[in-house]
Amino acid sequence: MQYKFDWTVLWTGQSGEWLLNGLIVTLELSALAWLLAVVLGILSGALRTVPFRPLRAAATFYVEFFRNVPLLVWMFFWYFAVPPLLPQGLQEFLFAHSLEFWAAVVALGVYSGARFSEVLRSGIQSIPKTQFEASVASGLTTFQAYRYVILPVALRLILPPATNESLNLLKNSSVALTISVAELTFQTRQIETYTAKAIEALTAGTLIYLILCLSLASIMGWVERRTAIPGLITAGRAPR
Amino acid sequence: MDLDVIWRNLDFLMIQGFLGIGKFVGGTVRLAIPAIVLGFLLGIFVGIARLAPAPWVRVPAAIYVEFFRGVPLVMVIFWMWFIMPIVLGTAIPEFGVALAAFVIFEAAYFGEIVRAGIQSVPRGQVEAARALGLTGAQTMRAVVLPQALKNMIPSLVTQIIVLFKDTSLASIIGFMDLTKAAQVVNNREIRPFQLYLFIAIVYWICTYSMSRYARYLEKRLGPA
Repeated sequence: MQYKFDWTVLWTGQSGEWLLNGLIVTLELSALAWLLAVVLGILSGALRTVPFRPLRAAATFYVEFFRNVPLLVWMFFWYFAVPPLLPQGLQEFLFAHSLEFWAAVVALGVYSGARFSEVLRSGIQSIPKTQFEASVASGLTTFQAYRYVILPVALRLILPPATNESLNLLKNSSVALTISVAELTFQTRQIETYTAKAIEALTAGTLIYLILCLSLASIMGWVERRTAIPGLITAGRAPR
Repeated sequence: MDLDVIWRNLDFLMIQGFLGIGKFVGGTVRLAIPAIVLGFLLGIFVGIARLAPAPWVRVPAAIYVEFFRGVPLVMVIFWMWFIMPIVLGTAIPEFGVALAAFVIFEAAYFGEIVRAGIQSVPRGQVEAARALGLTGAQTMRAVVLPQALKNMIPSLVTQIIVLFKDTSLASIIGFMDLTKAAQVVNNREIRPFQLYLFIAIVYWICTYSMSRYARYLEKRLGPA
């Protein structure tokens, strides 16, 4: 093994600045895509339960089509294929305002929304129908039954899988480097290109992702334990 | 809409890109099948190791799983791309790099599925097997794993679908899979809408039929 380590490349030159910028873009991209994914997930999850067939079919199509195609293909689709179809004015505006970033937000958000939708649906379906019937029988309106009985339980039930999906979203944001969004992986590659020190650069990027993911996971683990319903969910996690 | 572009390049997209037969090293299927098989095999060991009574087996397995589940796959592919030639002292083709990255990365996820599957087998089964005189390894192979496998099928298929989709990421190091083939054709033809939608549909047909088959299998095998 002939490789000379030189860890100083990480704190000399522009490396620190690049990594920080990359981290900021990763967080911005993930946060915006997460918001879009949650809205689309709730919307399509709800539409899949309405008693109107065309709406139900549209929501099912969205979920089944978008989550079963690789994210990379969606990145290329939203970045290369969609902009030429937009009106001239909007196209020019997007080209002037970092098109690649917004394409990545839409690609990641729409893809993850389909996955969130499944999480939500299985959460609501796992609540026995009798809960709803009992609430209505004790005089609650449908809205109140959802507000005070179904949702408080459903949200806690889906907390572990929703955390999992959110972390997936964060990690998947690295795919945006293929359409040259300057996020964390992109900046890691940039350090490698400038310094020819691959192992050092990759170590720095990997550590940042690890710290992000593990700290988010442990915060959510704490929230899960705090909100767990005694007897119904065993702390929300599989025994270790 | 010019759909002719698909027809003109169909053999390159499907034979070279999807199947991997042709002048370039590539193929979605050619990468996905060994990655699934080897990833699952390594995952079985990881899953069993995570349940081992000895801490020097259990702790490294846990660190392995937590590490790879906290890192993006793109990062692991780049790691393999840079580190394999350094460690092995020779150039490695894209296929080897991509396969190594997928097997190592997916084994962490498969390991968790195997662990959950093993834990779903009632404790009495193990005790009964041991009481009949089977050794630990025999119990695992002949009693626990076959039952665990049945319980694992839904999450296993989900993970296989995820892996199948993830093979598209091999294109970023130049592996000529379906995604890369579409990129190459698009560079010449400039028909991104038709080409990317076409490969999206090809991927979708594969993954959706896998998930339908899984549902059928679940029904046929019945509840555990």
